[in-house]
Amino acid sequence: MATPLTLKELSKKEVLLTSGHRMCSGCGAPIIVKMVLLASEYPIVAANATGCLEVSTCISDYTAWKIPWIHNAFENAAATLSGVETMYRSLKKQGKIDKDIKFIAFGGDGGTYDIGFQSLSGAMERGHDMLYICYDNGAYMNTGIQRSSATPYGADTTTCPAGSVIQGKPQPRKNLTKIMAAHDIPYVAQASPSNWSDLVKKVKKALEIKGPKFMNILSPCNRGWRSRTDDAIMLSRLGVETCYWPLYEIENGVTKVTFKPKEKKPLVDFLKPQGRFKHLFAPENENMLKNFQEMVDKEWGSLLKASGTE
Amino acid sequence: MAKVVAVTGNEAVAYALKQVNPDVSAAYPITPATDIMQRFTSYVSNGQVKTEMVLAESEHSAMSGCIGASAAGGRVMTATSSQGMALMWEELFIASGSRLPIVMALVNRALSAPLNIHGDHSDGMGARDCGWIQLWSENAQEAYDNTIQAFRIAEHMDIRLPAMVCLDGFIISHSIERMEYIDDDAVKNFVGEFKALNPLLDIEHPVSYGPLILTDYYMEYRKAHAEVMSKVSKVVLDAAKEFEKISGRKYGLFETYRLDDAEIGLVILNSAAGTSKDVIDSFREKGIKAGLLKPRLFRPFPYEEIGNALKNLKAVCVLDRADAFGGSYGPLFIDIAASLYPHKNGPVLMNKIYGLGGRDYLPGHAELVLNELVDIAKTGKVKMIKEYIGVRE
Repeated sequence: MATPLTLKELSKKEVLLTSGHRMCSGCGAPIIVKMVLLASEYPIVAANATGCLEVSTCISDYTAWKIPWIHNAFENAAATLSGVETMYRSLKKQGKIDKDIKFIAFGGDGGTYDIGFQSLSGAMERGHDMLYICYDNGAYMNTGIQRSSATPYGADTTTCPAGSVIQGKPQPRKNLTKIMAAHDIPYVAQASPSNWSDLVKKVKKALEIKGPKFMNILSPCNRGWRSRTDDAIMLSRLGVETCYWPLYEIENGVTKVTFKPKEKKPLVDFLKPQGRFKHLFAPENENMLKNFQEMVDKEWGSLLKASGTE
Repeated sequence: MAKVVAVTGNEAVAYALKQVNPDVSAAYPITPATDIMQRFTSYVSNGQVKTEMVLAESEHSAMSGCIGASAAGGRVMTATSSQGMALMWEELFIASGSRLPIVMALVNRALSAPLNIHGDHSDGMGARDCGWIQLWSENAQEAYDNTIQAFRIAEHMDIRLPAMVCLDGFIISHSIERMEYIDDDAVKNFVGEFKALNPLLDIEHPVSYGPLILTDYYMEYRKAHAEVMSKVSKVVLDAAKEFEKISGRKYGLFETYRLDDAEIGLVILNSAAGTSKDVIDSFREKGIKAGLLKPRLFRPFPYEEIGNALKNLKAVCVLDRADAFGGSYGPLFIDIAASLYPHKNGPVLMNKIYGLGGRDYLPGHAELVLNELVDIAKTGKVKMIKEYIGVRE
């Protein structure tokens, strides 16, 4: 019997990432992991790329994971889980396992967009029955906020610091969700912890689909974003409502916007509370704000067009 | 009943893998190892093995997949060479540090640059300190026999470490030899059922693999690894004893050839040992007491046993098919010298670097070296301790 999608019912389920882990207070990642694991009706085996989530949840003899979990290295959560899932298929075929088990990989944006991209692309192409979840906080937060290809345009990081000549990251983000959709896998989605019901629904749907699935989830990081520790959900909501982080899914090639804000907020509402964008509000950087807004508008426009909801 | 066949080294290894019939293999093509996986995947496609393949997009992912599959709880193997192993580098340490009994055929090949696809030992020597067991093989028969034994050694409950089986690229991998295959059932019984240890797929007993361990306990883990390494020799010898029962072939930690009463000797790995043995025979016919030692278990290195086997010789040449740039000597020489360190009156040593990038090692080279050893045995003097042979000046 599937758990009805209500907070009351979900709250009765066991939380499979225990408290006591060492993620920073106010981090989006453990919230996302808990939501993902609550969404599952199946036993899960998880793989984790090296990163904040990994170094903070399994230290020496202490693990926060109540499910089987493997960390191998930074760039290979997808390849590692490919091996786990393949062994599962082998043993199931041989009649040595009878349970239905689902496989989920967790990686940050560095381990997914950048160093782990080949491993992810390969695993998706091979068609492993797994869900890869990227918790995207927009930089290498674990090593101290260095820019990744997921870092937003203009953001100040420790390797693209806003200076007198260069004003933060000159390039726009890599659109990984679209790239994963271009793999023609059965399910790709973007989600945000602010919209928990949308997120849980997408995970549930993904786990019912056989084959490779990818979800990109916005994960606020108060250290890197230079925001208040209690603003994670507020910021991820603003990311959605400004259409900086549109919520949508592409199921068997069909694009569907799953949340359309009643009133699309200006991007500055998302940028203003974050210290990493502070320099963009200097009068001489007005043009950058304009460029950034145009990028967001363009992506949102093309998404609406693709989903036929213009 | 053993079956006599004429096969290449790669074919023999692929056939051993078919007989072992692992649960999963994750692999990526690279010359000269490609042929092993080509042959093996045809067994998969024709339903002759139960193995599920992960045809990965790189060697890094191939070894990552092997690690995931092994941790999941089943028997796992792969094969690679040279650059492929170099790309796996990081993962080799993670496989051994996680105590996963993966078996890998390493078809030895030179490392770039310059690009060269032929046989030398640079790849295997580079991986000597990564915590894997290494078994080296002279010919197709040994590569086949070592492959079968590697599973039993790696998966032994006292060990649980990954093992690589080394054979010379092209010289062995692509040359046809006469050899014997053991019966399928005998191989199956010899390797036995795979026993999972803390498998990820046991969802009733969740385990975490790959923790962060800093200054407080990291060193204890490393020491534990070193202690396990010290138990490998015994398991290798036990496996060899059992293997002799099904094959009639004897294996030890190393092979000695006419070494018991020898005054001069060669120490040499893999295929070049075969060439050297012929030349040793011709020196013996001349009344010169020459012998040979060919290491088999290179990691962990049996220092004590090898030191004892060589201590009474007058002069020994260690031939290395790899150099250790910036170090004084070739990698095999360094270990041989270390094994003789406790023996004050041990032999005079010299080191020749030969056969890099597949350069031929001919009987003439062995003759040259043995003649030099004859002089050294007389005079006790070495002209040049380390030298490249078979090379243009």
